Formats: sequence, C-alpha cells, structure tokens
Amino acid sequence: MVSAVGIAWALAGLLGMPFAPAALPLGVPGLALTLAPDALSWFFLLILCIAATAASVFAISRPAAPRTLVPFPLFIAAMALTLLAGDAFTLLLGFEAMSVASWLLVLAEDREDANREAARQYLGFAAFSGICLIGAMFLLAHAGPSGVPALSFAALRAAPVEGWRGVAVLVLVLLGAGSKAGLVPLHGWLPRAHPAAPSHVSALMSGAMTKVALYVIIRVLFDLAGGPHPRWWGVPLLAMGAASAVLGGLRANTAPDMKSALACSTIEHVGLIAVGLGLALIARAADLPALAALALGAALLHALNHGVFKTLLFLCAGAVQQSAGSRMLDRLGGLIRRMPVTAACALMGAAALAALPPGPGFASEWLLFQALLAGLRTGGVPVQMLLAVIAALMALAVGLAAAAAVRLIGIAFLGRPRSPRAAAAEDAPLPARAAMAGLAGLCLVLGLLPGPVLQMIDPALRHLLGAGMGERAGWLVLSAQAGTAGYAALGIALLMALAGLGALWAARRFAVSGHRVAPAWGGGFMAPPPWLPFGDPATQPSAAGFSQPLRRALGAPLLSARETVSVPPPASPDPARHVAREADLLDAWLLAPLARLRDRAAGSADRLQFLTIRRSLAVMVGVLVVFLALLALLEEL
Amino acid sequence: MSVLALLLHAALMLAAAPLVVGLARRLKARLMGRQGPPVLQPVRDILRLCRKQPMMAEDASPLFRIVPFVQIGAIGAAALLVPSFTLGMLTAPLADLLAIGGLLAVARVALALAALDAGTAFGGIGASRAMMFGSFAEPALLLVILTLAVIGGGTNLVAIAAVLQGGPAVLRVSLGLALLALLAVALVENGRIPADNPATHLELTMVHEAMVLDYAGRDLALIELAGGLKLLVWLDLIATAFFPFGIGTAGAAGWVPGLAAWAVKVLVLTTGLAAMESAIAKMRVFRVPEFLGIALLLGLLAAVFLFLTQGFV
Repeated sequence: MVSAVGIAWALAGLLGMPFAPAALPLGVPGLALTLAPDALSWFFLLILCIAATAASVFAISRPAAPRTLVPFPLFIAAMALTLLAGDAFTLLLGFEAMSVASWLLVLAEDREDANREAARQYLGFAAFSGICLIGAMFLLAHAGPSGVPALSFAALRAAPVEGWRGVAVLVLVLLGAGSKAGLVPLHGWLPRAHPAAPSHVSALMSGAMTKVALYVIIRVLFDLAGGPHPRWWGVPLLAMGAASAVLGGLRANTAPDMKSALACSTIEHVGLIAVGLGLALIARAADLPALAALALGAALLHALNHGVFKTLLFLCAGAVQQSAGSRMLDRLGGLIRRMPVTAACALMGAAALAALPPGPGFASEWLLFQALLAGLRTGGVPVQMLLAVIAALMALAVGLAAAAAVRLIGIAFLGRPRSPRAAAAEDAPLPARAAMAGLAGLCLVLGLLPGPVLQMIDPALRHLLGAGMGERAGWLVLSAQAGTAGYAALGIALLMALAGLGALWAARRFAVSGHRVAPAWGGGFMAPPPWLPFGDPATQPSAAGFSQPLRRALGAPLLSARETVSVPPPASPDPARHVAREADLLDAWLLAPLARLRDRAAGSADRLQFLTIRRSLAVMVGVLVVFLALLALLEEL
Repeated sequence: MSVLALLLHAALMLAAAPLVVGLARRLKARLMGRQGPPVLQPVRDILRLCRKQPMMAEDASPLFRIVPFVQIGAIGAAALLVPSFTLGMLTAPLADLLAIGGLLAVARVALALAALDAGTAFGGIGASRAMMFGSFAEPALLLVILTLAVIGGGTNLVAIAAVLQGGPAVLRVSLGLALLALLAVALVENGRIPADNPATHLELTMVHEAMVLDYAGRDLALIELAGGLKLLVWLDLIATAFFPFGIGTAGAAGWVPGLAAWAVKVLVLTTGLAAMESAIAKMRVFRVPEFLGIALLLGLLAAVFLFLTQGFV
C-alpha cells in the first residue's frame, strides 16, 4: 500500500520535482542520516516500487505468515533507504539492513534443511559484501579533506579517488555490490537463497534487491569515485558480466526447480546489465559521452525491464507453488488448462526473458548490442576483439535464455500433469492474479514503448555523464545514432499482427476449420494403467531430459556435468539408472576450500578449550601483549 | 511507390516460398539420380492440407492452435522486412538485422512450445534440440551481423546493402568468411542437412519434423508455408547482404532488372543448397554444436580481419 504511494512519488521525482536534501531525525550523534535523492535514485526507486507493490498485492492472497510481517516492510524500507541515501553512512546502513531483513525472510520457512543451509550461506555472502562495501566507503571518505571524514555524497564527489585507492575502491565495490547482485564469481548463493524465501520475497530479491546492488555500483563508480578513470576500469565489469550471462543462462537450463531456474536467469540478466555498465565506463574514459549514455541507458532500461518481468515470473512461480504444491518442474505440467491467467502472465514474462521482439527484453538488449557495436571505436584492435568476444558471449546467453524460457513454460504449463496436485491445481486468487496481470500489462507497455521509458531515464544519464539519449529515444523508433534507422517496436508488432491476422483470415476463409480432438501418438508406449488418468508421466519429456542437449554440449566444460548409466545384470529386477550430475565449478573452487578452512580453524580453536590453566593464562598474556604492541604501533603511525 | 513495392514483394515472397522448397527437392532428387516430385508439389500439398480437417491432441491447449499463426506472423514480418528486388520498400527503415533475427527466434520459440504442448516424447526431443541449435547459432549470427554492421555503418539491412552496392567492388576477406559463417547458420536454422534432414521421418534423427508431428490440416499447411518462407527469407538475407548486385534502389526504374537479379540469385542459392545437401551426410545431433562452433570461429575471424584491415572510425 505504502509502495503504491511510492510509485507516484518516484514518478513525480523523475518528472523533475525538486527535492531538497533532508536530514532524518535519527542516527549517530554528529552523523545525521541524510537523504539526497537525484534522478538516478528516483529511477531505481521506481523499479523498487513497482516490484514492491506487485509483491505486496500478491502477498495478500498468501496464507498469513507471521514471521514475514516485520521483516518484509523492513526489507522494502531498507532498500528505499539505500536508494535515497545522501551520505555513505546512510547508504551502508540501508544496505546492511536490507541484507539482514532479507536474511530473516530467507529463514522464514526454516523447517527445510535446504532453506537453513541457504540462509547460512547467504549470511556469509552478505557479511562479505558488507565488509567490502564498508572498506570501499572508508577509502572514498579517507580521500577527503583531513580531519573528521565527511561522508556526504557531495563531499565524496568533491574529493575524487586516484591511484591505488581508486583501484581498491573499484575492486571492493565490485566484490561487495557484485556479490549482492549475483555477478560471477560471487553468484553461488542466488540459486539457493532466492528459492528458499517465500515467493513474493524471492520476487523482490531478484527483481529489486539485485537492482539496489547495481545502483550501488553505478553510484560509486560513475558518481562518487569521480572523474574519468583509465579505460581498463570497465574491463572487469565486462568480463564478470559476460561470464555471469553465460553461466547464469546455462544454469537456468539445468536447474530442476522453477524458482532456482529463475534465480539463475537473474544472474544472466544482471550480467547483461553489468556489460552495459562496463561499456559505459570505457566510453566515458574514452571521452565519448554519447556512447556512454547509450550503454548506460541500455543497462538502466534493462534493469527496469528485468525488475518487472522477473518479479512477474517469480510471482507466477509462487502461484504455481501455492496451487500445485511444488515448484519442481518434474512435478508440474499441463497447468495452462487449470491456471489460464497465471499461464498467460508467465508466457508474457518468458517472452521478455527470452528477449523476443516486440517484448521488453528485446528493446534493451538491442540497445546493448548497438552500444557494443559503437564501442568498437573506443580503442584499438585488442579492445575491438574483446568486444567482439563479449558480443558473441552475450548472444549465446540470449540463446540460452530462450531455451530456458521454453523449458520453464513448456515443462510447467504445457503437456500433461506429472503429479495429482498439478492435475488438480486451481488458478491463483484475485489479488495474486491482479498483481501478475498488472505486471504483464506493464511488460507489454515497456516492450512497445521503450522510447518514452528511455526519456524518463534521460535526467539520470545527463546527471551522471553529461549527455543523454535525447533524440535517439523517439516515441516510435530507438536508434543508435540520431537520425538513422533503428528498432521500431510498434512497427514490428504491427507487421507481425498483419501477417498473423492475415493468415487467420485466410485460414478461416479458405481452409477447413473445426479441430477434431484425438489422442496423440505417444511413440508406441504401453497404455498407462487406470490409476494414471493423465498418462504415464515418464513418457513425457522431463526437465532434466529437456536440458540434456545443452548440458552435454556446454555443461561438461562449464558445470563439470557427468552422466552415468548403470545397467543391472541380466535377470535382475533392478531398474537401470541414468544419473546426470553437475556442479558449479565456483562452488568446488571457492566455497568448498573456504568451508574446509573454516572447519580447520574451528578445529584448532576448539583445542583452546582444553588447555591447562597455566597454558591458557600464557595465551591470554600473549594476546594482551600483542594488542598493546599493535596499539603502540598505530600510535606511532 | 514504396507501398506498391511492398505489396509486390509480399505477393512474390508468398508465391515463391513453396516453390523454393519444391525446387530444392526436385534438384536434390535429380542430383541423386531420381525423378523427384514436381516443383509445384509443395503448393499442392498445402492446398490439399487446407481441405483436410485439422486435428488436435487431447492434452493440447489453445496455445497449440495459436502457434501456427504466430509462426506465420513472425516469419511473415521478417519476410516483409528483407528486401528482394528493390531497396525502396515501405518497411526499409524497420529492416534491422537484429530485429529480423529476433523475429526468427520468436518463430523458433513458438514452435518449440507447441511441440511440448501435446505432452509426447518426440515433441520434447525436437524442442530441446532445436533450442540447443538456436543457442549455438545465435553467437555466430551475431558476429556476422557485427561484421556487416561495421562495414555498412549500422545494423539496418537496407542501409548495409546500399553501402555495399555503392562502394568499390573489392573482394573482402572478412565478407567471405562472414558469408561462410552465415551459410552454416542458415543451414542449421532451416533444418537442412547436415544439421537436420527435412526428408526424414526416422524418430531419432529428426528435429524440426519431430516438433510438427502432431499438426494436421490447415495448421500443418501454415507451418509448411512458414517453413518455406523462412528458407526464402534466409536466401534473401544472404543475397541482399552479400550479393547486392542489381537490387533496385528507390523508384520503379530498377524493378525489372531487380526482379531478374533476384530470380537468378534465388535460383543459384537454391541450386547450391541442393548440391550441398546431396553431397554431404547428416551429422550426429551432438556434432551440430561443433559445426556451429566452426561458424562462430569463422564469424570471429571475419570480425578480426575487418578490425585489422580497416581502422574502424
């Protein structure tokens, strides 16, 4: 409810209403919390408010969950605080409150072991990102005039970071905010924690929280860290973004669980946005503000689109889970008949996810490709080759997203039910349907009218880069350069409608119509037993079966996917088994060694408990001496 | 004038789509020493299918009935964008290469969804393989688009063709490499040998045929028509981007030579397709990603050659 007001507020802000920086009447003495929103904050607040409104309306139709009552509004408020913050301290406070609140929400359904495990891992990642961000802000503030560190954004802007400090800020922000956004190599928690939370919370985590993290990256790298940096500053973002896009797209194809697949696809889309950000940094360093505006505009437009359609898809997954009793793809199927509204909304979201024209995903990815193309002029052959490779990886990611979208819709909503619960599913209650339909309608608008949306982003671009999209974002046509032909969403949609409706007219007029319904030829399988009224689920493609070609072709190198077939000896009644395993390499390389390290450290710390009294006294005195020495050393410095 | 050009183009494309398929079949049969069906056979098939009652699987949803129209909608829109005999069509400002690629992706996704709708095993196999091919074809296609866009100064196909027409007739290495990459992508996207066999009905080898197995009557007719149209769109795309000779620019003066040039180009490309299909064997499904990987490398090479030879300004 509050967030609906928030939308109006954010829109008003975007349309240019002045808003004086305000000090909140709370905070540490001497460090009042200040709010100083600008065009960028308003734009991200708009994304947040759309997602939060839809999620809140959807939540009305869920069974009451007392454990989410407090953290859920806190979560939204913390995200809003992060976006509106006018000083580093408020930003960090909001960011950390967001982490804690979302952790509580992930923990809301803690009866399942997997959820507790996910929450623990998420807490680790959140702490890591907090430490990195605090470090980054410290470095930013330290560069300011000596004396009391001035934390307000204006003061930070006035003292740009340079040299090794700048590099450290870049690294820390990419690690800190990047792990919250789900950029490879710090993406491990998303496919676990996002599904663990209740669905309207997962929707917010994927749709809005990753955007808040991206906001922090943009705020620091484009705004607070000051002036043009060397060109290579954009390269880490490009590389991480492309890697995230491909890995996320692939994992979205192999995840067995609907929400987990959606979370993986979030990794992919955040990667695409990061590519846009990296490109904008490079273009800004090369002093090409028009190109930088194109790249950043593409990234921001994609952030908005993703915020809308991913929220929509998570809500659809929530409706499915609530009504069909599972979110495992292999227990669903045929839901389009039982849940037509949810299925139609999910189709809309999936079309956006797959970047199909004239949907919303296509417009922003078109702009991103145009930015890459124009980015070829920012450097010599090495830069051009890098960008060509990035373009190919992005195209691969887009193709993988299309495959993932087909798998999500095709396995969950089409075909025959794979479980009795799926066969008896009912469409979501009215508030949930309203929330989903609203978002689906918004998807349509965003897809058909990307130009006006970009005009809304223009103030933010001008604020950050000194140049906007301007003429290039017309009402009907998006173009890479002013005055040239471009992508006209409405025109394409019109042509499609013309051809499709023409065919419909011709078919009605000239062909025999009226479908005869008959059983499909099932490939010669035995007739299903009477207790399986919807046919044998095993004769339908399964989620794992659908992903088999991609898993074999790409999964072996990237996910170390292995397939083992065990055939029992002749005359044995045991079934033959075909097991497909996969593991994210990052888990094996990053998390597993960390876990081993933790266990070893815990083991050696454990020994301290069993020391004799003499030894423990010696340890205490030793620690005291070390601390005093450290203190003396710091005094010297 | 541009409206007239568009109408003529639409009629030509619609008429030529089944003929190209028929011609390819006929030529292939002759090359293999068979008589082969007449060139008009696909037209007769489509008319015959229109007279039959369409059928639907029990478990299929309304989506199943919508998809043929989405197919025709998407591929038809692409066909209206790709120029044939003149560059001066009404749709010329919309003819963005990425948008054309996107429209073809819409058709692919729609058909894959329909294949999963009936809940049969074949549909699932076909859909998953088609989506894998699509994922691997996309990067190669994009690199070709990138090369063309660098040469032509943007992703608009008509603008690229105009630039290539107007420029000096230099044989560029990168264009040749890009052409090879695009040919490979076109073969896979249209379900031709070596990726898929359009004439097969053997369960384990089919990709496209497995997806349309449950269609009948007018729906199948529409899908067949869309398939032919897609092949023609690809031929047109290759002809316009790489051999833009003879295509008329604005004004009706260039229409007649444009039509002649278009007919010759489509004939030559179809003959090449038939010759290629009868010369090589179909690959295993899991070799196709490697085939497309080669296309990707060719595309990358094309881009690199271009960067090295032409300081991009």
